[in-house]
Amino acid sequence: MKLNLKIWRQKDANSKGKMVEYTLDGVEGDMSFLEMLDILNEELITKGEEPVEFDHDCREGICGTCSLQINGEPHGPDRLVTTCQLHMRKFNDGDTIVIEPFRAKAFPVIKDLIVDRSSFDRIQQAGGFISVNTSGNTVDANAIPIDKHDADAAMDAATCIGCGACVAACKNASAMLFTSAKVSQFALLPQGQVEATDRVQNMVRQMDLEGFGNCTNTGACEVECPKGISLENIARMNREYLAANIKG
Amino acid sequence: MGVLDSKVPEGPLAEKWTKHKNDINLVNPANKRNIDIIVVGTGLAGGSAAATLAELGYNVKTFCYQDSPRRAHSIAAQGGINAAKNYQGDGDSPYRLFYDTIKGGDYRSREANVYRLAQESVNIIDQCVAQGVPFAREYGGLLDNRSFGGVLVSRTFYAKGQTGQQLLLGAYSAMNRQINRGKIKSMNRHEMMDLVLVDGKARGIIARDLVSGEIQRHSAHAVVLATGGYGNVFFLSTNAMGSNVMAAWRAHKRGAFMANPCFTQIHPTCIPVSGEHQSKLTLMSESLRNDGRIWVPKRKEDAIAIREGKLKPTQLAEEERDYYLERRYPAFGNLVPRDVASRAAKERCDAGFGVNKTGEAVYLDFSAAIKRYGKEKALTSGMKGADEATLIKLGEEIIEAKYGNLFQMYEKIVDENPYKTPMMIYPAVHYTMGGLWVDYNLQTTIPGCYAAGEANFSDHGANRLGASALMQGLADGYFVLPYTIGDYLSDDIRTGPISTDSPEFEAAEKDVRDRMEKLMSGKGEHSVDYYHKRLGKIMWNKCGMSRNEKELKEAIAEISELRKDFWENVKIPGDSNAKNQELEKAGRVADFLELGELFAKDALTRNESCGGHFREEYQTPEGEALRDDKNFKFVSAWEYKGEPKDAKLHKETLKYENIELKTRSYK
Amino acid sequence: MSGLIKSSLARKVVMALSGLFLVFFLAQHFTINITSVIDPETFNTWSHFMGYNPLVQYLLQPILIAGVIIHFVMGFILEIQNRNARGISYVKYKGSANTPWVSRNMIYTGLVILAFLGLHFYDFWIHEMSYKYVDMLPENPTRYYEETVEKFAPFWRTVIYVISFVLLSLHLWHGFASSFQSMGVNNKYTPAIKTFAKIFAVVIPLGFAFIALYHHLNPITH
Repeated sequence: MKLNLKIWRQKDANSKGKMVEYTLDGVEGDMSFLEMLDILNEELITKGEEPVEFDHDCREGICGTCSLQINGEPHGPDRLVTTCQLHMRKFNDGDTIVIEPFRAKAFPVIKDLIVDRSSFDRIQQAGGFISVNTSGNTVDANAIPIDKHDADAAMDAATCIGCGACVAACKNASAMLFTSAKVSQFALLPQGQVEATDRVQNMVRQMDLEGFGNCTNTGACEVECPKGISLENIARMNREYLAANIKG
Repeated sequence: MGVLDSKVPEGPLAEKWTKHKNDINLVNPANKRNIDIIVVGTGLAGGSAAATLAELGYNVKTFCYQDSPRRAHSIAAQGGINAAKNYQGDGDSPYRLFYDTIKGGDYRSREANVYRLAQESVNIIDQCVAQGVPFAREYGGLLDNRSFGGVLVSRTFYAKGQTGQQLLLGAYSAMNRQINRGKIKSMNRHEMMDLVLVDGKARGIIARDLVSGEIQRHSAHAVVLATGGYGNVFFLSTNAMGSNVMAAWRAHKRGAFMANPCFTQIHPTCIPVSGEHQSKLTLMSESLRNDGRIWVPKRKEDAIAIREGKLKPTQLAEEERDYYLERRYPAFGNLVPRDVASRAAKERCDAGFGVNKTGEAVYLDFSAAIKRYGKEKALTSGMKGADEATLIKLGEEIIEAKYGNLFQMYEKIVDENPYKTPMMIYPAVHYTMGGLWVDYNLQTTIPGCYAAGEANFSDHGANRLGASALMQGLADGYFVLPYTIGDYLSDDIRTGPISTDSPEFEAAEKDVRDRMEKLMSGKGEHSVDYYHKRLGKIMWNKCGMSRNEKELKEAIAEISELRKDFWENVKIPGDSNAKNQELEKAGRVADFLELGELFAKDALTRNESCGGHFREEYQTPEGEALRDDKNFKFVSAWEYKGEPKDAKLHKETLKYENIELKTRSYK
Repeated sequence: MSGLIKSSLARKVVMALSGLFLVFFLAQHFTINITSVIDPETFNTWSHFMGYNPLVQYLLQPILIAGVIIHFVMGFILEIQNRNARGISYVKYKGSANTPWVSRNMIYTGLVILAFLGLHFYDFWIHEMSYKYVDMLPENPTRYYEETVEKFAPFWRTVIYVISFVLLSLHLWHGFASSFQSMGVNNKYTPAIKTFAKIFAVVIPLGFAFIALYHHLNPITH
């Protein structure tokens, strides 16, 4: 199939960017979206132009590196996939595809379609851990039985890949789904209870400091999340936060 | 023994590690504050090592090329992690795990290292649970296990099909705790370009800030390389696009020996290649072989009809299918080790029984499991006499709970529903058992330079068992390296900070700059990917699942030729003083072009078949691997001497004092 | 505590609580108003009670006004923050793919309601205040029904009221259930809460619109 691509090009963080149009022929349905961009880049390099830079690594939907706002949606029109697992069979011959970086003040553009998501790291550093020494001298793994439902719910929250689609999709560029996924994971496990109060306060404080927007419960994040992280996690974080502040 | 001293402690196998920990020197907590350690790579091994080292009190700087430590490719490991917990009471023990690992590795790994790994495996599970890793549990609230290829017990702990992700995020959270305390400085989007030696000791690295293009000097008292494997030398592999050998290869060029480079794992259950555009391959977890049955049509005409789209696999009756693994290996059936399963698939496809349009795919079929689980579920939920459709629905629900994410991934990629029609799979490059040679302390042949995880060679011999990579990465990082490194660093308590102004740093930085300039000066018309793909084709066709002398020799010549062409002609647009992904790729491919040749040379030297290394000249009449313990019971450790073809072979003879060498049989 | 005032989550809770309070007020307001259609006398009695009971006048009324102000001011503050959080806007943003229109446009439905409140206050509250405190007119427990019906005599006012009620409905459609999520309630009762909130969001504004239209169509003839 033949496609019209409108792609955001920006030399570096300090330059002004703009949309540039390309046409690309010979795209097949079995290609992933990133393989389609590979072909475009191969053509650009052959012509002596600079290729379009985009973040990607595992290309199997788990590392969370790839991003891209495709036709107005993070990771494109398909559901429960990252851009690397989005296949061109979801598009038609002659389509125009608009490709932009994830937009948020807390995700500044580095180059072309690459954004800096280190704000996510800093939220995790503020409290996304259980303070246990890595000596191996902890209690036996089976010493504390955990209700299977809680363990499964913790796992569901923990599957967040930190891609930032929630922020990109949210009209407020809010990082609530991301932050709440980690808060939830630990809140659901007995091991996480000990530091629960500090954790939620510190992580929320950092989230606010980074300049993410506020949650208005539109639910865009849940729909666009490639791992299907549920809004229940946001409610749980709200609960944890209220409880933490009431506790003082 | 020559230059290679494995430093394996004396004493009985089960006591070596404890004894060693008691004997080695320690650094007192006050002095640890004065010691800097660089950790390159932040996957399971690097991340866990960085966290523990920082916790012990050292000043740690981590480097990763990704935008966050959480992206390291350990995250993609699906199936699980082994540990000799014996929670299932099926007779498991550290010894049995040790035995399985040595046997699975076709008797080409070091006994003492493997035993230590088996011992530490139990701590990993305790540690991870304490960190909040949400392993799968049973209804009673205790941890669940599943079984993996090549073993007869159920010892694999898992978190759905995302075990690697959960363990990595666990290590990442441990790192975050230390970053928050200021004990780790995390340098993301930085790539190690060279290792710096001062007075023969590893004292720092040259790194490139991938955002600004700035070349930086970083010094430390020791350097840990935890940079993963080099499977991307094949271009197509299940590795991440950025996975590379640069750090290890730079260290190799500075004096670290490269061990067993030809030992590569070709994983049997990957999604087959769909076309020329393919940029990477996707693994379907080995855990699927617990419930999936592998088959091809019995009759060649059926295979041809399927390839032409005239016949559907579901139309073939049971007796028209060849469950070749169950036929050839009745004892282990579909759960034979990876190397055996891969070769068997290749054998069937080469013989003309392959099933997708390229003829390079076999079926992995869940219909039997769906029916079995459906019946079980119907009985336990009191639905006696349920009809066929209900049974299938119930069974599919069970399968979905177990492997839902994998099935979804398959459907997204292939556009077929694997609940209704069997999956198609084919082997793909997955893991490299070879790597930097290390002694018992995980130190390379360069003093002060350590290697952990997939980057070293030590534990998996010629073939790695499933769910053992995560185990090794975390054992090395959490429980081994942070202690053994203290023995070396105890001499450095009075050294003080290492200056980056020394002539050694100066020279190393110049080397890096010259190299980049040379790469940027290519005059030809082909991109980096063009060369990478060509290298990959040579590797896959001539150094892949089966190898022979003639083709290996051809490969050496072709790679050498390709490398020359690459250095003269590769076309890299843009600037070296800015973000430049093509330049990043070029640096990595340049090293693959050298490693690939050494790989072929190593394969050519090893005149036997063992594990993942199958030499066509050395096989039994039934086509099974023919090992030669008399002549090849050693680790090949290659010393850099200029061109890869000039590399010098050193042999570490493997001693088996606790295990009897046998022909591996899974029949 | 000062940290709490700046916290996005705390602000959301303030939005939710003030919103729920206003929802509660709407229900109460509606209950009284609907009597104007059923029985003018009851309407007069209740209205007079609301207008002269000191508890209502000096405690509940200021709280209500505060609630309205807090809800709006906080809404504006959050909206400004949210707009800033995006930085550079998208060339193409397909909100319709993942969210209902109402949830994305609370600020607009809210602004219309605010404008409406201006008119509504002018129509009734200012009138009431000047009657009682400026003109110092005597208590008259029977004037309310007539005054109310007269307000809806002009066509334009009735239309504005009805349109505003539609916008109010849209605002409630998202806002009512959403306030529970903001306060951390998302459990097995959530589907029931959502259903109730949606019924409320339709029925109450519809009822208000019905009252306005009823009085417009049934003027008092002297």
